[in-house]
Amino acid sequence: MKLFTVSLASALTAGMAFAGGVAPQDVVFGEYGEVEVSLSGVAGDPARGAEVYGSKKLGNCVACHEITTQNVAFPGNVGPALDGVADRWNQAELRGILSNSKKTFEGTIMPAYYKVDGFVRPGKAYTGKAADGPLDPLLSAQDIEDVVAFLMTLKDE
Amino acid sequence: MKFKAMTAIAAVILTVPMWAAADPDDDNLILNGETEMTTKAAAPAHLADVMDEVMSGWHFRSDETQMMQADDFDNPGMVFVENAMNAWNTAEGSEGKSCADCHGDVADMAGVKPTYPKWNEDAGAVRTLQMQVNACRTERMGADAWKYDGGDAIEMEALLSSVSRGMPVDVAIDGPAQKTWEMGKELYYTRTGQLELSCANCHEDNYGNMIRADHLSQGQINGFPTYRLKNAKLNGVHSRFKGCVRDTRAETYKPGSQEFIALELYVTSRGNGLSVEGPSVRN
Ligand code: HEC
Ligand code: HEC
Repeated sequence: MKLFTVSLASALTAGMAFAGGVAPQDVVFGEYGEVEVSLSGVAGDPARGAEVYGSKKLGNCVACHEITTQNVAFPGNVGPALDGVADRWNQAELRGILSNSKKTFEGTIMPAYYKVDGFVRPGKAYTGKAADGPLDPLLSAQDIEDVVAFLMTLKDE
Repeated sequence: MKFKAMTAIAAVILTVPMWAAADPDDDNLILNGETEMTTKAAAPAHLADVMDEVMSGWHFRSDETQMMQADDFDNPGMVFVENAMNAWNTAEGSEGKSCADCHGDVADMAGVKPTYPKWNEDAGAVRTLQMQVNACRTERMGADAWKYDGGDAIEMEALLSSVSRGMPVDVAIDGPAQKTWEMGKELYYTRTGQLELSCANCHEDNYGNMIRADHLSQGQINGFPTYRLKNAKLNGVHSRFKGCVRDTRAETYKPGSQEFIALELYVTSRGNGLSVEGPSVRN
């Protein structure tokens, strides 16, 4: 309960600075890395989430994960297959894994998609040059909500 | 010659790929049908706590790519070696000397490449092979230094590597080189960029896995310079490092920088025991 109130409060304050959602710096993670409050405040769209998931320019999740029901050429296998992932994790947990997977899996290779600071030698996207200003998160709040909505459709049972 | 090529091909397709995920294969590399190459070796002592076996990137490539490297007539990198052969014999600079004037036949340089990067007492620093070549050019020939990883430098490195093919990589990591080696090790394990990835995340923890269509190898550099089918030229170690660091969404280091010199020493030492393969063929 305590946790819930705290996250809600921070969502509200961040909401003022960050149009209708939670800014990356203000995300509140629970004890197991879960994030209870929607990052954008707008319900996710699973169809768009599937696009973000597969697009090289956006999530590029396919670089490391496979979903066997999806017809994708050369999915990677650095991460586990995501079939039935919604049976293993609830919405808040999936949101947490996407926002900053290191809070759920210590030391994981999976990048944090909603994090903007604390990096070593941050670059300007893939140019190899130094970043020339504040970084955007890898995915926007809405991108993440959409991907979470998509992942929530992956049920085996 | 025809016969040699046949032997090489036979050697490469010994094992039928099972395509069980994407593990490294068990093929054997026999160069020009005569030189047996060590492409898998017991991990050097300093790696014993992280892996048992070190493997050349050759094992992670397709049979077609592997075959190209097995015979000098099929290896597109050898054209550049021939260019460097001319450079070896050509006098340049104010002293009117060629490499051959001091070193004789390039075949006599066999055994040099496996020991680089290496501590140089006069310079008081670890030198890569390209740095040593440039030291010869500027100090002994009175010629200009070549651009790091530029065409001339990489071709000469490929020539010097080619005459040592089959010899085991054997760089020293102790004594005066140790500090540089440690700096390289630190860089290898540092997670950089917005993706927060270290060399180890991909090449120690995930070799054998697929990152999209890329089959992750151990990121060994016993095969450098590599001829890459992707850009159809010889590629230097530092340029490869740069590409990998860039792919973590990080600010890269420059070819020839202290950081990449240290990283080259460290990564080379991870392949101590593997055969020198350069110029190798990769995709
Ligand atoms: C560079 C590799 C990499 C990328 C890119 C990546 N992941 Fe992961 N992911 C992993 C690994 C590895 C794990 C397993 C956690 C661990 O033990 O480190 C994981 C775990 C997960 C899990 C939990 C899976 C389970 O079955 O328990 C989910 C969900 C997930 N990732 C979703 C995503 C989504 C969605 C994206 C893209 C927006 C993504 N991942 C991008 C490597 C990656
Ligand atoms: C995001 C994953 C990733 C990271 C991080 C990464 N690499 Fe790579 N690296 C690759 C891929 C993919 C390839 C091409 C396939 C292969 O040869 O492994 C590659 C290739 C290489 C090669 C060529 C190997 C050969 O046989 O030709 C070397 C050397 C290398 N990497 C070294 C490094 C070093 C050193 C670092 C850290 C500074 C690093 N890599 C970080 C993904 C990565």
